[in-house]
Amino acid sequence: MAKILNVSHLGKSYTSGSKNLTVLDDISFHIEEGETFAIVGPSGSGKTTLLGLCAGLDRPDTGTVELCGTELSKLNEDERALLRNREVGFIFQNFQLLPTLTALENVIVPLELQGASNPGKVGMDLLDKVGLADRFHHYPTQLSGGEQQRVALARAFSSRPSILFADEPTGNLDEETGEKVVQLLFDLNKEAGTTLVIVSHNLDLAQQCQRILRLKGGKILTNETTVLS
Amino acid sequence: MSRNRRIIKKAGLDWLFKMAWRDGKASGKRLLLFMASIILGIAAVVSIQSFGDSLKENIALQSKALMGADFIIDSNQPPNERVQEIIDSLGGADAKGVSFPSMAVFPKQGATKLVNIKGLEGAFPFYGELETSPASAATEYQKSGGALVDATLMLQYGLQHGDSIKIGNIGLPIIGTLVSAPGSTGVSTSVAPPVLIPYRFIEATGLVQVGSRVGYDFYFVAKPNQDLKELDKKIDPMLDAENADLDTHTSTGQRLGRRYENFGKFLNLVAFIALLLGCVGIASSVHIYIKEKLKSVAVLKCIGATRKQTFLIYLIQIAGMGLIGGLIGSVVGLLLQQSFPLFLQDFLPFEVAISFSFQPILLGLLLGLFMSVLFALTPLLGTWYVSPLQVLRILENGSKKSRKANLLVLLAIMVFIFLFSFWLLQNWKYALSFVIGILVVFAILAGIATVFMKAVKNYFPASWGFTARQSLLNLFRPNNQTMVLILAIGVGTFLISTLYFSRDILLAKTSLEKTENTPNLILVDVQTEQKDAAAQSIVEMGLPLLNNIPIVTMRMQKIKDHSVNDIRLDTTSTINRWILNHEFRVTYRDSLIASETSEAGRWPAEPSEASLVPISLSDNVARDAQVQLGDRLTFNVQGVLMETEVASIRAVDWGRMQLNFSILFPTAILENAPQFHVLTTNAPDEKKSAEVQKALVRQFPTVSIIDLRQVLGIVENILDKISWVINFMAFFSILTGIIVLIGSVRTSKYQRIKESVLLRTLGAKSSQISKIAALEYLYLGILGSGTGILLSLLSSQLLALFIFKTAFVPSWVPFLVVLPGITALVLLIGLSNNRSVLRSPPLEVLRKEAS
Repeated sequence: MAKILNVSHLGKSYTSGSKNLTVLDDISFHIEEGETFAIVGPSGSGKTTLLGLCAGLDRPDTGTVELCGTELSKLNEDERALLRNREVGFIFQNFQLLPTLTALENVIVPLELQGASNPGKVGMDLLDKVGLADRFHHYPTQLSGGEQQRVALARAFSSRPSILFADEPTGNLDEETGEKVVQLLFDLNKEAGTTLVIVSHNLDLAQQCQRILRLKGGKILTNETTVLS
Repeated sequence: MSRNRRIIKKAGLDWLFKMAWRDGKASGKRLLLFMASIILGIAAVVSIQSFGDSLKENIALQSKALMGADFIIDSNQPPNERVQEIIDSLGGADAKGVSFPSMAVFPKQGATKLVNIKGLEGAFPFYGELETSPASAATEYQKSGGALVDATLMLQYGLQHGDSIKIGNIGLPIIGTLVSAPGSTGVSTSVAPPVLIPYRFIEATGLVQVGSRVGYDFYFVAKPNQDLKELDKKIDPMLDAENADLDTHTSTGQRLGRRYENFGKFLNLVAFIALLLGCVGIASSVHIYIKEKLKSVAVLKCIGATRKQTFLIYLIQIAGMGLIGGLIGSVVGLLLQQSFPLFLQDFLPFEVAISFSFQPILLGLLLGLFMSVLFALTPLLGTWYVSPLQVLRILENGSKKSRKANLLVLLAIMVFIFLFSFWLLQNWKYALSFVIGILVVFAILAGIATVFMKAVKNYFPASWGFTARQSLLNLFRPNNQTMVLILAIGVGTFLISTLYFSRDILLAKTSLEKTENTPNLILVDVQTEQKDAAAQSIVEMGLPLLNNIPIVTMRMQKIKDHSVNDIRLDTTSTINRWILNHEFRVTYRDSLIASETSEAGRWPAEPSEASLVPISLSDNVARDAQVQLGDRLTFNVQGVLMETEVASIRAVDWGRMQLNFSILFPTAILENAPQFHVLTTNAPDEKKSAEVQKALVRQFPTVSIIDLRQVLGIVENILDKISWVINFMAFFSILTGIIVLIGSVRTSKYQRIKESVLLRTLGAKSSQISKIAALEYLYLGILGSGTGILLSLLSSQLLALFIFKTAFVPSWVPFLVVLPGITALVLLIGLSNNRSVLRSPPLEVLRKEAS
């Protein structure tokens, strides 16, 4: 299978006050197309930083990231944005819906950015799939946390991305709701055939993926295949 | 990788507009408030611009009615042979008139008044009308030999038709009330109201004598297709050489238009300041608005929007708001201009028909668009630099901005302000001064506010009670708009207070000193043979004879060996034209008076040659004639040529209410020249003044008397009217400041509510919460209006020192009226925002605001 994400000797530091903090140190791994991949580790292990670098949201200090066959360091900001729109979907811990747009409008933004025709139909179908067919015109403040995350799911899949990054998708949800959202995530992912990368400190969630990358102190602890695979 | 690459189109302009609309409709109220910030300023600018256009149009259409003829030849002396030849060559005048100020006596009422007598012959006016009551009097008075008397005068002295009016040596019946005549305004007729009589009676009045200021007018109706411009070009230079002048209705109209235009420009600048304030409010509000949108911008960039796309979404919102604000402002402005004829009726010589033209509307739209975008550009640029990583974490320097970009935006704003003021003023120096003035005022206000806030922080009154301390701390809460509010309120207060202080300075300058030795009655046109008798009469009535000033009239004949006729024809000459045509009223004495200070030379002086007469010139005449010490001037003293040498140059305080002279001769030179006299005295009160005037006019009917008390009253009245109009415009600044305040209060509403709710949850009483809010707004109001008044004190002192050259004693009115008034307004608006918080339970409030 082809590699969809190839990370090579990645390093990232931040300056906080007078201190220089190394958040990631010589990280190398790859993900294959269609895989489900979890990045786990305690708080401060560099998971979120790694996600940001892999998705092209940030630039590393050292190393390279190749996403969908394109080396990210060669792209400027706008080119990265275009790549993300074309190939990447996102799900965030605090949903990150645009508060001034309705559920349907939130879902179809990636499609509209692509200049897709009839994005509304696609959006409505997706919202129907996530069980929000009667909430098209509601604003995020009118939805519960679980409903907002389902809208985020629909948005993430609307542009038919090659790879989807989920950062603590159940972090702000109660256990029951979280389980439902995770189930939906994996169902939609299976249907779409997308590569799924989940960042979480929840090991049970990680175990549902084919591979797990464990981080600690900015370094890779293990990169292992799970029972599922 | 085996996924097929789809052909992806980019989202077009329609998507950007769609996103701008979607996001904008959810923030509707906030955007409406932004709009409101600029609506008033645009309304003020558009209203003045539009009214100015209507005025210009009316002047052009009514210029003939303003003059009453197509063109006129006028002179301050009877037409000589050459002038008469020119008049005859034009087919003879269609009407003629002669006018001069003089005292009129109303025997029935026993009253006297300085009036402007105009003797007319012919069917004048040919355009427009003499509005009289009864209407027939306008045509009857010449036939029947009666007088038309100004309506205000009729009312003031209780005159009736049929009463008599004595002018000089003759009495005439009043056969009609003069309501209006071509070219007259309420202001121009207030000092000497008009009285029209038939031309044939002028000689019999005996008022046209040596030294009388008489105007001779010859009115013409143009022949069909006559080119007035060519006529003016051909004839005017010929008439200039004979001390006469030709004016066409178009040139008179243009001159009148320029006068109003200058006042309009000034008003436009005042209105522009209101608009600038609104834009400062927009900049501040948009800054907070965009700050709240940065997370959404990060999300959009994350899911694939480019920097340009996210920037444009919000730029479209701001531009849209600016256009709508511009449109509403333009409409309000067009409606507002309807009220201007009411305010300005005393200054306008005709009724203005208001018309609507497209240009002011376009101006309003463009101003709304450009100024909103320019002032919002700095915060908008923040969206460019937002990192999409913000969706994952808050970065320490998450939105670093380019200093260069900010400087460029600031420069663009300054250039725009300069270009707009240049367009208004048509003079780059004035425009630059305006820009610098604005910067200085804003900088000083911002500086004072900054110093105050730093002082509060550094010397925080820890010993104050909780509510007082909390309210002070609220001024520094995150996203506070304290600085912007102080600016907005401060500038408006500054404008109004400066106008008030300036008015006071002008009035103080023209005020009469209340001593026995200061003249308040001036007798003019006293002939030599009347002088001693008039002086004796004054003394016999128990009044002091303060001055007995001889006056000789003369004109320039040569300036430094060049005849004035040659100078007139010399197109390269930079000598001011008025010098060449003016009839100077000159006196002779061997000393300087209190209003004069020697700048060069000495007075009295000895000439360099015995054949030359040494003279003293005022500095403005020396400057305009481009002469200095030692230069020679030849004067035509009523037919006799006199060669003189400039021996002294004086500075004259023309603002002092007394007789001042631009040219002085020494004694023993002009004593035998034809002359008249001015006598001055001081009447202790109005009753004595009226008595004296009555007695003197009875004895000397050809003498005119100027009552300076009355003149001062009229000046005060005129200044009041002008101040009112300017204050009206300046008030737009205050109103804009109020809107900016409302905007700021609304913007921080949720934050304030959270604070109040938290306090209530912790047990604070409603009265305590109200007190905290009240004190906060009190500080803002006092700070804003206080800094404005302080700045106006400084600027008024500078104006008094350098422009008006007089002492400045500030009035208490701005402190007692403006400061508390504006503070109370700010308090009212702020507290009205707090009502819903106090009435509802905390959780209900939070739920309501969250939805």
